[in-house]
Amino acid sequence: MMAASSRSGAADGEHGAAGQAESKKAEAGRRRPRRRDVPGKLIVVEGIDGSGKSTQLLLLEKWLRYNMFEVFRTEWNSSDIVRSITSKGKKKEALTPTTFSLLHATDFADRFERHILPLLHAGYFVLADRYVYTAYARDVTRGCDPAWVRKVYDFAIKPDIAFYFRVPLDTAMDRILSGRPKLKFYEAGADLNLSKDLYESFRIFQHRIVEQYEAMHKRESFVVMDATMPIHEQQMIMRAKVRKLLPKKLKKKTVLEVPEHV
Amino acid sequence: MAAAAERAVYGRSVPDGAEEDYESDDAPDDSGAGGITEEYSDSHAYYDSDIYRQLAGAEDAGTAGGGNRGDGDGAGGNVGGMKSRKPKWYGTKKFGGLHYLRDIEIAGRLIVIEGPDASGRSTQIELLTTQLEAEGYAVLNTGLTRSEIIGQGILEAKRNISLGVRTLAMFYAADFADQLEHKIIPALQAGYVVLADRYIYTLMARNTVRGIKRSWSSNLYSFALVPDMTFYLDVDPYVLVHRVFAKRQSLDYYESGADMGISKNMYDSFIRYQQRLAREFEVLKQQYGLNMVNGNRSVEALNDGLRKPILRYLSKA
Repeated sequence: MMAASSRSGAADGEHGAAGQAESKKAEAGRRRPRRRDVPGKLIVVEGIDGSGKSTQLLLLEKWLRYNMFEVFRTEWNSSDIVRSITSKGKKKEALTPTTFSLLHATDFADRFERHILPLLHAGYFVLADRYVYTAYARDVTRGCDPAWVRKVYDFAIKPDIAFYFRVPLDTAMDRILSGRPKLKFYEAGADLNLSKDLYESFRIFQHRIVEQYEAMHKRESFVVMDATMPIHEQQMIMRAKVRKLLPKKLKKKTVLEVPEHV
Repeated sequence: MAAAAERAVYGRSVPDGAEEDYESDDAPDDSGAGGITEEYSDSHAYYDSDIYRQLAGAEDAGTAGGGNRGDGDGAGGNVGGMKSRKPKWYGTKKFGGLHYLRDIEIAGRLIVIEGPDASGRSTQIELLTTQLEAEGYAVLNTGLTRSEIIGQGILEAKRNISLGVRTLAMFYAADFADQLEHKIIPALQAGYVVLADRYIYTLMARNTVRGIKRSWSSNLYSFALVPDMTFYLDVDPYVLVHRVFAKRQSLDYYESGADMGISKNMYDSFIRYQQRLAREFEVLKQQYGLNMVNGNRSVEALNDGLRKPILRYLSKA
């Protein structure tokens, strides 16, 4: 059941060595890297706010770490260089859909070039709380051309698994609003002039984003999660899926559930 | 041939015969390259563009000030003495262009001056601004990294040398988009002549010499407006380097391509980087119909070469 330490060596060795091999060809992500050049695994969670995706990703991270894998978790819109600008623009409420989209793309490119891609080459498990699909959904909802948005992000590597957390809008709204007295301007999609009421605007905005996710989930082969299920059950499904990505000998040894005391 | 293939990707519906042909300083023909905006038939179901129109309107009032020669009644008529028309975008109906602005009309004209560092762009733009204003045209100047929200951020970010190539490319695109929508388009709607100190071409050339695929950059900038005239000040890199030294005795890190590790010798690096850019501009010239202008001449001679065709063009506009 345990014997985690021996596994750590195996994980490092196996994933790491292959990474050196052909990584030069995919140098710096200027060209879209081929999947086989990249030994790490990229796991993505997508869904609207309040779908519970972040909670699930954290639990997945705990499990992987417990099994001695090297893990890096990254969140949407979290790069330092871009954040101050985005927040400045948001404060002024002066961001047009295209600028908004490109600033998020800048943020993504920075995280991709500096963290995601190099770490995947090094054999890491990279866990992304939102990925390019968030841009596909939000930017298109804001009025950007869908084909354009996809072209802008076409340097990004395809994830090994993208979990999509499907949740009824009311459930998500309840989860979010219970802990948050006031909605922010862009969060509520108020720039789209959907409704004078911020909550109503938020609702319409989220609804449209859900429509975008639903429209793309087949093409992007999302693993659709029923986000109304108990947290533990969802997590078991995710772990089972992720486990399939592991090399055979690691798969047998990987502890599926993290024991209570962790 | 390569240009034709590239155009297919990029989707410009310019008939070959109507390709801009201002190789020399002749006045360009404005009759070609029409009809791009009409192709935006698939109206987007989601975006409510009212807020944008309000925004653009507010911006108009701000920038137009007292300088607008028009009578303010822009509905399909003449603003600033120039004919109103639908703007031309680089994208097609399949993708590109600013979807939510597909209904706008512009009256002004967009004139772009491209050229390397120290090629004399800013001097020429200053001269042209004065000359056009003397002729009675309202002029707005723009340039790269001048957007209010983003420009400063790029300058700060560039100090951070670990910044990736793609990140910087995207940053510039964001800055450009912000200026396009907040400055250039509102000014054009108000009937201004917009003189742009560099445009998407420099940004695309920089990307390409740093290893980013051309098609990615042209797709990225497919939301840009097609300028009415674009001049590229062609200056020999060996002349450039002396002009830079005359100006500030040192070479700029990025303008020397020092981030690319071409050479430890900054002088050498500058020359080779500028040569690569110049080669890339040869490609862009084919693809986008840039007007090459000999920039090795004196300020006055160069000014003649720019002012004359611009005034000739505007008088017919």
